[in-house]
Order: sequence, then structure tokens, then C-alpha cells
Amino acid sequence: MNRRTIHVLATTAAAALLLPGCTGTGGSTKGADAKAPDDPAKVSGSITVLTVRTDLVQDGTMKRYAAEFNKTYPKVKVEFQALTNYEAEIKIRMNTDDYGDVLLIPAVIKKNDYPKFFASLGTVAERGKKYRFTDFTTVDGKVYGQSPVGVMPGFVYNKRIWKEAGVTAWPTTPAAFLTALKAIKAKTDAVPYYTNFAAQWPLTSWTYVDGAVHCDPQATTKLAEGDPWAQGSDLRVGDTLLYDIVKQGLAEKDPTTSNWEESKPRTAKGEIATQWLGTWAIIQFQDAAKKAGVNPDDIGFMPFPAQTGGAYCATVGPDYNQAVNVHSKHKEAARAWIDWFTDKSGYDKDNLAISPLKDAAMPTVLKPYEEAGVKLIELDDSAGARVKLIDDRSEVGIFKPEYRQDLVDLARGAKKGSLDDFLSGLGKKWTETQASVGDR
Amino acid sequence: MTHAGTHTPARDTGKAGIRTVAPAPGRADPPPAPRRARTWRLLTPWLFLLAPLTLLITFTYAPIANMVAYSFTDWDGVSPELHYTGAENYAEIFTREDLFQVFWVSGYYLAASVIQIVAALYFATILSFSIRFRNFFKGVLFFPSLVNGVAIGFVFLYFFQDGGTLDTVLGLFGHHSDRAWLGTPASANVSLAGVSIWRYLGMNFVLFLGAIQSVPGELYEAAELDGAGRWHQFRYVILPGIKPVLTLTVILSVSGSLSAFEIPYIMTGGATGTETFVIQTVKLAFQFNKTGLASAAAVVLLLIILLVTWVQRRLVPDDRVDLV
Repeated sequence: MNRRTIHVLATTAAAALLLPGCTGTGGSTKGADAKAPDDPAKVSGSITVLTVRTDLVQDGTMKRYAAEFNKTYPKVKVEFQALTNYEAEIKIRMNTDDYGDVLLIPAVIKKNDYPKFFASLGTVAERGKKYRFTDFTTVDGKVYGQSPVGVMPGFVYNKRIWKEAGVTAWPTTPAAFLTALKAIKAKTDAVPYYTNFAAQWPLTSWTYVDGAVHCDPQATTKLAEGDPWAQGSDLRVGDTLLYDIVKQGLAEKDPTTSNWEESKPRTAKGEIATQWLGTWAIIQFQDAAKKAGVNPDDIGFMPFPAQTGGAYCATVGPDYNQAVNVHSKHKEAARAWIDWFTDKSGYDKDNLAISPLKDAAMPTVLKPYEEAGVKLIELDDSAGARVKLIDDRSEVGIFKPEYRQDLVDLARGAKKGSLDDFLSGLGKKWTETQASVGDR
Repeated sequence: MTHAGTHTPARDTGKAGIRTVAPAPGRADPPPAPRRARTWRLLTPWLFLLAPLTLLITFTYAPIANMVAYSFTDWDGVSPELHYTGAENYAEIFTREDLFQVFWVSGYYLAASVIQIVAALYFATILSFSIRFRNFFKGVLFFPSLVNGVAIGFVFLYFFQDGGTLDTVLGLFGHHSDRAWLGTPASANVSLAGVSIWRYLGMNFVLFLGAIQSVPGELYEAAELDGAGRWHQFRYVILPGIKPVLTLTVILSVSGSLSAFEIPYIMTGGATGTETFVIQTVKLAFQFNKTGLASAAAVVLLLIILLVTWVQRRLVPDDRVDLV
């Protein structure tokens, strides 16, 4: 290698070092709007829709939605891209301008950066009249995303097994819930509770007990301002219940090799009695029941065992929010897709989910909820961005599986320590970070 | 190399031979080629190198340079804005004990790689002698290296499951174990390290086999004539003969143990005390969106591996093998 080559290599290396100075999206196109088209017949263009529903893309369901969409918007061509590992893949793609025309807002994007990545769908004042969950994506009065379905956390359970164990009424306290699981263990062959430890993400849904325990729409704000694991707080109640379930041997014997896909037919068949998931899971478990040749009506859904003022509470929140790429060349077409998919596709009904439209009726699976007088609340998300930031900075990970995996390990003795120390340790990390995180 | 160098011109046309014998008086080199031809001659090797160099720079050096640059920032991996924070990330890494604790897990993989090297050496030695079904066994040993690492992870999840393959097999021998193989940190790490032995044994085996077979056959005959048994043949012929490959394997195993990733990541995701340094780095980057800190962690790992390699080369210098 002579001196000149070294010089060339050095220059290349230096240039590479300078590269990160520009990370693709420069934010030059900040604040574009995706206006709803006036005349459906005139909108044209080809749009790419990114989705996490690999299953629906593969079995052609998405294509059928697109065909239906084309009846109203004949000149728009819709293509789908299903990403299996959505969060990780989209994060890398969002460093370029090419991340589809319609996409799901990933958790990694800071709320304040929404205008740099997405085109606005309108003001919160006008959208809020018609749709739920608008404040989850509102920045400076403008809305950037819309979830096509609302989801509600809860226990998916096998009604037949619970009945066999002699429990017919929903437990009203965590203690009563544990008693019910014990009865299931004693009287049936079913695993009372299944953690889905190995799949990791199902454990994160335990964070969504937040708000349901004390029926508090300001629960998210409380996370941003105080210790989430203070005595009697929502997360502490939820985490303690999970701990007790595992500690008392009411969960599967070996959580580390649990299997999510397998857990669906097993629950349907009654080999597993209960799992803490969300309304979105009901349809999947019913499908599993049909495939396994058992009665899909055995799949039941119940709220967190806690009552405030004699009533259960359940929080309704958005699933992934759909948004328009700010760099999209066909923003009108993209907007048309989001509006149509939210209002007219029937996607919510197909998934037995809660409609994002304020005036829509509840899905039939939630009939028992109406009968039991469960109070549905929507959490105020104005502090949501701050909570996420604290979560990342502190590396506590209330929206990540790790700490719950540690909790389960603690409960089954694979990790040393006491629950109190564990939770107060988390609380300490959290509150210390709170101080260092500005109002973002 | 020197051998080939002297051979080629002699075997060339007679002209070249004459020239070396009797150079033209006053001038050792042939008359200079015309300028253009000379430029071409200088350029040709670089033209050949163009493709590999481009690939190397684009996919190895540029990303590394990028990573080093990111390690001095607070970038979250997607945000358009990033701030230069100086050596803050490095300071954080070296002041946070918990970030280095995960290196204890590497101990399991280090222990596993000792077993792995010994086993690979054993099989390679045995199969280099003539044995029945030799090629079949070679295939069996090498097979795991051909399987995709992700697939291996999933297969072994079933293997270690409660009532899974391992329990069934043990049951056949009358041992009805009732244990969660991935249940406790020690047992989980041993299991995972076991999987990694299974996975990488074949690669080491092939390296050793190749090295052993490059030892000239006459040496064995001579050793046998001198009355050396199998063990002495191994000790005094094979072992010194394959020393460079052995050293290389040890270096690769140590750096591999420090950066163990795919098997634990797929099988446990780092739960139950199986988190390795790389898993931790990936989590920092993709779960907690601390790309800057994660880059710094990656740089630190790179430096540690370079250091370990350097120490190893110091302890075991790569001296020339001279069997003949």
C-alpha cells in the first residue's frame, strides 16, 4: 500500500464519519397535510400500505379490502407490505424517505417528531367529534394518525373450564382471582394461567392494567409524575397479581419454553384456562377453536379483578395508528385509504374489535361487559410521550417484556430477591429519571 | 512461496532462463515499457481489487466508521436530530457495573468452547485415520454447521421443552427428569452453551481435519516404524503440525464466546440470566432506542476482542511449523 492509497482510504473513512451528520429525513418537508379528497373518482395513484398483519396479507384478506376500496376509489392502486418484525424494520426504513404511503406509527418516533414524518389528517377539534383516540397522535392541535380499531386489555379465558372449577362469577379482587385459579388447578386438568414468557410481548400487556384498577382516566399522567409502583398503584396491583400467580404455582410449569401459537388451540381446548391479553386476541382464539374442532363460544373475556364504586373498569385504547408518510407522492389517495379503512372497511367488525367511531355499537363479544355494567374509560394520553421517554431513558421498560420476565423469574425462584425490593428498585430508577427528563 | 517463485521462470520459455543467467551488460532490467503499458501494469491489480475493496469499504469499514461516529452522539436511531455528546456514552459504559456483569455469561460459552475444541480435535484425529464409515461420520459431524442458526434455535426450544425431545430421550433410558432445562440461570446457560457446541463443533472439526490431512503421510509411516502408538502420533506429529490452526480456533472461540448472540437471543431473548453483551447491546439500541450508547458498547466489545486476541498472540506466538 503506497502513500497515495492510504490517503484515499483516509478520505473515504473521513467521509464515512461525516455521513451521520445527515440522517436521511432532514425534516425539510415538515408539516404537510394529507387532505381528504373531494371527489373519489378523481383520486389516482399507486399507494403502498405497510401493515403488521402478515396473516391477512398472506390469506388474501387485505386484497379483498383493497378490491372493496376500489369500488369507491377506482383509480387508486393499493399494494400491501407486511413486516414481520415491524418495530425493528420500520425504524431502519424511516431513516430514508421510503417508508410506504400509509404506515403504522411506530413506538420509536417521538411524538414531537410526528410532523416531520407524517402528514396531518386534520385538527383535533374536527376529528375528535367523530373519532376516538385522537389525542394519542395529536401534536400542536393537529392529528397525525388514526387507529382502525380500539382494543381493551382483559383476560381471555375458557368458560367451560372456569365453570367446571365452580367459578361462575367474575372475581372482583385479585385475591378472589387467585382463589378461582386455585380451584381450577384443583378441579380440572387445565393450566390455570399461561404467561407466554417465551414469546415475551404478551407479558407487556400487563402494563395495560394501568387505569383499570382504580378507574382513573388520568393513569398515564400519574405514570409520568409519580412512582408507578407506589403502594396501591395500578401497576403494583397488576404486577403483584402476576407475581402471586406464578409464585403459587398457578402458571405453566416451565414458562421459559412456552409457545404462543400453541397456546391458542390449547386455551380453546381447555388445556389452558386463562391468559391476560386483549380484545384483539378473542378472534384468534375463536379461530383456533374452530380449527381444533371445539366450540368457539367457550372463549370468554373478563376484566381485571378490581372494582371501583362497585363496578369493573376497562380501558379502551387505540391499536397501531395508521398515518400518511409526509414524503408520499399520493397523499390524497393515502388519506382516502385511511378514512375508508377506518369508517367503511368493516375491519373492526371482522376482528370483533371496538370501533374507532364514537357512535358505533359495541361488538357482541362484549355483551357480558354491558350486562355486568363494566365502565369503559379512555385514558388521557397527553403525558404519553413523556412516559415513553422516561421508560427508554431509565431502561425500566414498562412497554418492554424484560422486567416482567424478571418478575416471573423472581416469582418462580430463578432469580433471587423479594418482590418489594424488586418493585421499589424499579420505582427508584423511574423516579430518578423523571427528574432528568424535560417536558417533551 | 519462495519455491514457486524460482520454479516458474525456469519452466518458462528458454529466453527468460537465459536472461537470468546472462543479463545484458550494464542493465539488469528489461527496457522500460511504453508509458501507457506501464500505467496499465500498475493499475491492473487495483482494477481486480476494485470490486472486493468497494464491497469491503461499503459494508465493513463505512459502517464501522459510522458506528464509531454514532457512539459519540445521543442518537435514538430514527430521529432527524442528534447531538454530539463527546465521550459521555463511554463514560456511562465504564461507570455502569450492570453493563459488564453480563460478561459472566460468556464464561459458560468459554467453557463450552474448550469442550468443543477438544471434541472437534478428537473426532478430527480419529476420522483422519482409516476407519469404517469415515465419510458418513464426517457428514454427521459437519451437518449442524449447514443448518440456519435461527432454525437451530427453534428446534432446540422444542428439544428443551417440558416433556420435549430431551426429556423423552432421557425417559427411554429410564431417567424421568422433571426439570425445566431453561428454567434457572445456570441450567439455561449450560443448555444454551450445549446448543452452541452442537452448532459450531462441525466448523472446528473441518478446520482440524483439513490441517491434519495436510500433514505429510510419510511422517505417520515413519512414526509408526519408530514404534509410535496413536497417542504418540497425535502428540508429536499431529499436534505440532496443526498448531497454527489450533491457535486460530482458540482465538475465534474466545472472541465468539465474548460475542455470543444468536442462539441465546432466539431461544430465550436474554431472559433468566442468559443475556450476553451483544444481546444487551441490541436491547439498548432497539428496545430502549439508545443507538448512541449501543454503538459505544459495540466499539468497546470490538476493542476488548482485539485486546484479547493481542494478548493471546503474545502468549502463543505464531512460530513457523517445521515438521520436515
